[in-house]
Amino acid sequence: MTIADPSDRVVEIRDLDVTFATDGGDVFAVRDVSLEVRRGEVLAIVGESGSGKTVTARSILGLLPETATASGAVILDGVDVVSMGREQLRQVRGTKAAMIFQEPSTALNPVFTVGWQLAEGLRAHQKISKKAARARAIEMLRLVGIPDPEHRVGHYPHQFSGGQKQRIVIAMALALEPAVILADEPTTALDVTVQAEILELLRRLRDDFGTAIVLITHNMGVVADLADRVAVMLNGEIVESAPARELFTAPQHEYTQRLLAAVPRLEIVDRTPPAGVSGEAVVQAEGLIIEYPGRLGTPAFRAVDGVNFRIGPGEVLGLVGESGSGKTTIGRAIAGLAPVSGGSLRVLGAEMNGIKEREFRKLRKDLGFVFQDPATSFNPLLTVAECVAEPLVVHGSARRASDARDKVDELLEAVQLPKAFGDRFPHELSGGQRQRASLARALALDPKLLIADEPTSALDVSVQARVLDLFGELQERFGFATLFITHDLAVVDLLAHRVVVLHRGRIAEEGPTAQVLGDPQDDYTKRLIASLPVPDPVEQAARRAAAREG
Amino acid sequence: MAERTLLDRLPVVHQLRQSVGLQRGMLVAGLIMTLVFLLCAALAPWIAPYSYSQLRGADGVNFGAQQPPSADHLLGTTVGGFDVFSRVVWGSQTALLVVVIAVLLSVFIGILLGLVSGYLGGWVDRVLVVIADAIYAFPTLLLAIVVAIAISGGQSDLWSGVMAAAVSITVVFIPQYFRVVRAEVVRVKSEAFVESAKVIGASTGRIMFRHVLRNATRTLPLVVTLNASEAISTLAALGFLGFGIEPTKAAEWGFDLNRSISDVAAGIWWTSIPPGLAIVFTVLGVTLIGESLNDLADPRLRARRRAAKSRTPADAVAATVPTAREELGEVQ
Repeated sequence: MTIADPSDRVVEIRDLDVTFATDGGDVFAVRDVSLEVRRGEVLAIVGESGSGKTVTARSILGLLPETATASGAVILDGVDVVSMGREQLRQVRGTKAAMIFQEPSTALNPVFTVGWQLAEGLRAHQKISKKAARARAIEMLRLVGIPDPEHRVGHYPHQFSGGQKQRIVIAMALALEPAVILADEPTTALDVTVQAEILELLRRLRDDFGTAIVLITHNMGVVADLADRVAVMLNGEIVESAPARELFTAPQHEYTQRLLAAVPRLEIVDRTPPAGVSGEAVVQAEGLIIEYPGRLGTPAFRAVDGVNFRIGPGEVLGLVGESGSGKTTIGRAIAGLAPVSGGSLRVLGAEMNGIKEREFRKLRKDLGFVFQDPATSFNPLLTVAECVAEPLVVHGSARRASDARDKVDELLEAVQLPKAFGDRFPHELSGGQRQRASLARALALDPKLLIADEPTSALDVSVQARVLDLFGELQERFGFATLFITHDLAVVDLLAHRVVVLHRGRIAEEGPTAQVLGDPQDDYTKRLIASLPVPDPVEQAARRAAAREG
Repeated sequence: MAERTLLDRLPVVHQLRQSVGLQRGMLVAGLIMTLVFLLCAALAPWIAPYSYSQLRGADGVNFGAQQPPSADHLLGTTVGGFDVFSRVVWGSQTALLVVVIAVLLSVFIGILLGLVSGYLGGWVDRVLVVIADAIYAFPTLLLAIVVAIAISGGQSDLWSGVMAAAVSITVVFIPQYFRVVRAEVVRVKSEAFVESAKVIGASTGRIMFRHVLRNATRTLPLVVTLNASEAISTLAALGFLGFGIEPTKAAEWGFDLNRSISDVAAGIWWTSIPPGLAIVFTVLGVTLIGESLNDLADPRLRARRRAAKSRTPADAVAATVPTAREELGEVQ
């Protein structure tokens, strides 16, 4: 990093205020924010949802909704964006600054070839022949590491994998050689191993082309991996801004300290399995096969292929894998939501292969399920108390939701929610509160088995930490067996007694948590653990160097 | 979200407050026309100077046929010697009765079938969809005529006439409700809260009625208003074609129009224009309400105040990137 030379600043934000006009009066989204990004530097803006990090980044491109009013100055490569008209903004977008979105599959238009879409960006800003545009598109695809670009340039977005789509989006952003790239959660929708590749690509852009990158993320591991400087935002204000290494080693602001403390890390603790774990298994899978019927003419898709595992009473089993590994399918099969195609799956003593819903319904009171997205797993028209009371009513321990109110209050207390929340509607709760209410509902009948499908992946880090703490505490208190499905190894490390790593429907590795995470034997597990960015820049750099040599 | 008062949450009142500009004008005009229609129906005995089947005044003297408008008969008399104004007013009662019965019948049957078909799926669903499609393909008026004949058998007093009209309209409308509800049920069925009810062990009936049904009926008020206007025009058409209600049993606009055909050529305007206008105003009023509700319910069609509104900054940002919020953290 060169020392403050004014011409080196690609973006300079001075006293930026962004206000939104709403029904309830004006709302400040961003207050008094000052930032600068230098050439060849990665600035990470970190904060929880609603902290204003996305609004700040979008103001650099003038991409704010009509209800927003911005004041202050955003100087992008020598020109002030805030005071610009529509046409001027259009010219700046793409040439001076470009944006990479979170979800690559929606950022690409499905009805045009990627070559066409790349050329579109070029043609919008310069006169260029079709042939030259195509040649340039091929060049860009090669640059971002798409194999066989001459051939692939004519393909449509659905013919690429998620990681490749994100590479194409990056290629589109790069096409006009902008001075700065804004990356809004560029890897959140991707698997860890793919995330590592995309981060590597972004790092190469910075090193080889001197492109400045503004990285918006909530993942501290990604920050540690890529960022040179970090700005921490809270409620629309920057509370701390420091070089990455400094921030991670000596956070100054109390919020930053809290944020860093909440980030789960691989600590590899050996957890002794609970007594009685060798008793009759709660879940026992032997050669389990689950297939989804194919469309006319296509063979069935085998999501789970010959899997064996066992969950003992009171045991927490972590089921880890990337998207498409079949982990969610296994959870759904145990809950009776997906049919078993072959092999044997015994849940609470009942054979699930060929079971009728009517027979299984009796067993459901011993089974709790926590869904991934707390926003959709509650009936929006019922109050929280009614939702939590639903299992009690269904299994006959209460005639009406109002009769079960005492028990509901007790449950809400157990998950640390105030009793009064029972009278609210689900949308009036925050994500973390909803997920705790969801936990209360799952525990209403004191189940023997709890299935948690990515229960914290939709939550902010600090909220996630609280929910996981609560979860561990309740598990110890009530002693239910748990199948914890997640993609996040650090979360598994916090809770599980044993871990099963799934890869494309098969078990890659299985064993006690400390053994699998601390001394992985399987290649895939090793890669998974190596891809997980550590929230510590120094250690992450060392790991990266080691990975490059190895 | 800010607390809304009970008044604000009432369906039409809420939309009225939400609307601006031309859309508000349309909605208000529709509301006024419909209100006049409802008042006429409710207060017919007091508004109308004579009964719908009255042929002579209190003094025992016949009104006389085709009398021009006068102080005694505001809009003259028909070829059959009835008072036109009275029959137009009484006609609103018949129309309202038919609309209410037709919409109630078709809503309940349509919702029930749509719910069962959408939630259970399988062969029940396939059979019901085919039947609904077949009814769609049939000319609606022809179907209505067939049903009207089957029910009333040519005899048409007030109730059998009203029921014939209402049931024939019902048969035509059920597929519409069925389709709307079924589509919604299929969407809601895959939501996580339905799965969570399944995991809890709730019975199929409980899931259908407690969790799915109430979440699947949001668009129905729109269909109801649009259908109500269609019901009025279908009733008028049936009456015009002679499958309506006899003049001595009830007043019916379509029937009166039919009887006034010959008058038009003779320069007698007062027998045809009033019932015709009554039909136009009622259909227009209800249609305006339906169309405005439809537009207001769709955020893409809804006109907004200049300082458009959005709830939170996050919502506003999400509005510009359709996926931003949903995708946040949805990592598999």
